[in-house]
Amino acid sequence: MIALLARDLRLAVRAGGGFGLGLAFFLIVIVLIPFGVGPEASVLTRIAPGVLWVAALLAALLSLDRIFALDHEDGSLPLLATSPLPLEGVALTKGVAHWLTTGLPLTLAAPALGFLLNLAPAAYPYLLASLALGTPALSMIGTFGAALTVGIRRGGLLLSLLVLPLYVPTLIFGAEAVRLGSDGLSATVPLAMLSGITLFSYALLPFATAAALRINLR
Amino acid sequence: MSFWEYANPKKFIATTTPILPWAFGIAAACLIVGLVWGFFFTPDDIRQGSTVKIIYLHVPAAMMAINVWGMMLVTSLIWLIRRHHVSALAARAAAPIGIVMTLIALVTGAIWGQPMWGTWWAWDPRLTSFLILFLFYLGYMALWEAIDDPDTAADLTSILCIVGSVFAFLSRFAVQFWNQGLHQAESVSLWEWTFNVIARFFAFVWNSIFGAEQVIEVAVREENVSNVFFVPLLICMIGFVVLFVALVFQRTTTEIRVRRIRALESRARRG
Repeated sequence: MIALLARDLRLAVRAGGGFGLGLAFFLIVIVLIPFGVGPEASVLTRIAPGVLWVAALLAALLSLDRIFALDHEDGSLPLLATSPLPLEGVALTKGVAHWLTTGLPLTLAAPALGFLLNLAPAAYPYLLASLALGTPALSMIGTFGAALTVGIRRGGLLLSLLVLPLYVPTLIFGAEAVRLGSDGLSATVPLAMLSGITLFSYALLPFATAAALRINLR
Repeated sequence: MSFWEYANPKKFIATTTPILPWAFGIAAACLIVGLVWGFFFTPDDIRQGSTVKIIYLHVPAAMMAINVWGMMLVTSLIWLIRRHHVSALAARAAAPIGIVMTLIALVTGAIWGQPMWGTWWAWDPRLTSFLILFLFYLGYMALWEAIDDPDTAADLTSILCIVGSVFAFLSRFAVQFWNQGLHQAESVSLWEWTFNVIARFFAFVWNSIFGAEQVIEVAVREENVSNVFFVPLLICMIGFVVLFVALVFQRTTTEIRVRRIRALESRARRG
């Protein structure tokens, strides 16, 4: 499991693009927002929590189809399936690896981009906390979606159609936590719900992911 | 004689074909009676005027939109557990009907909302939940279309349906948390509903037999929809359910025949 994790991380960092791409996308979306809605600081402050969350979500979505597609192309996916590690473990590791290469950098970069959108000072801890708690769920749900579409050529669009509705609860609680934080209110409930969704995804979705992989490898 | 006998495609077709004309007939009769009664022979509501009459389309469609997903969930589980092909095909056949029901509910809701709330669309929990349900239907159908091998497609869509159900449920609560709504509380909630249907049915029969002297008042906990409106609404609901059953039978039969033609073709090609 650890070996697989290390391999995935190495591949993500060394084999072109995937690693930095999500971050760059995140940055570009955030930069584009003020061009779209105008530079007024008060407007930006108000929409910043939601925009940051939506942009992070889209950036995470961008790299989902790489989770299994490359392994499927070069034939290492069947090898992983026949290895002593259960396929559920593979699924879990893939989700964690995806989070470490996209979710974690996004979380760390988000406060810097918060300055660009004039995010309220009180909201920064909540932004960090909600992204740290929420993006793992995004990765795991995305891994499930990637497993569903692994056999389909050019499945990227379909993947986003499948995964985006599943992202709705995470997005709602994530953005809500930051919004409450920026208004100076207590955000315990959404943060608790967010960690609940994350734990629940990691507990159950590896099984669904593994089942989907088995069907696709049949 | 077991229920699972109908999992045999031949038996399924043989059983449903004679039912079909009846089902379509009953659905048509119920819908015509219910809609005509509802539209022309009920009084206008005091506050809402004649716009209230859209509930004869809106409420049954909304009810079906959710229940069709539930039916797909059950058939998906049956497919995953017992591998009956008819079950998977029924789920596939139901999805387009479900998405149309969702659309009807959304569109009639918008038409009703314009004069009542002064807006076609509001990000109200219930409206938003339905929009999300619509997206789930879209994804489900897209996945069916994208995969060539029918068994793989059936398996993957079943898994998606199960996971999707959990997340759709979660979304509903998340959306409620996110925005307290504009939409009135369910006029016909499921728990009250079952109770009310039975109670009101008996009251209706009783009243129509014994006339006005012995009118029994039904002990309905919350009178959200008065009897005048309720009876045609009930007829419309029955009409929608029967129509759905008829359409699913029809479409499942078609799917089975498509599958059979494909099998025959591939056998012919092999020579």
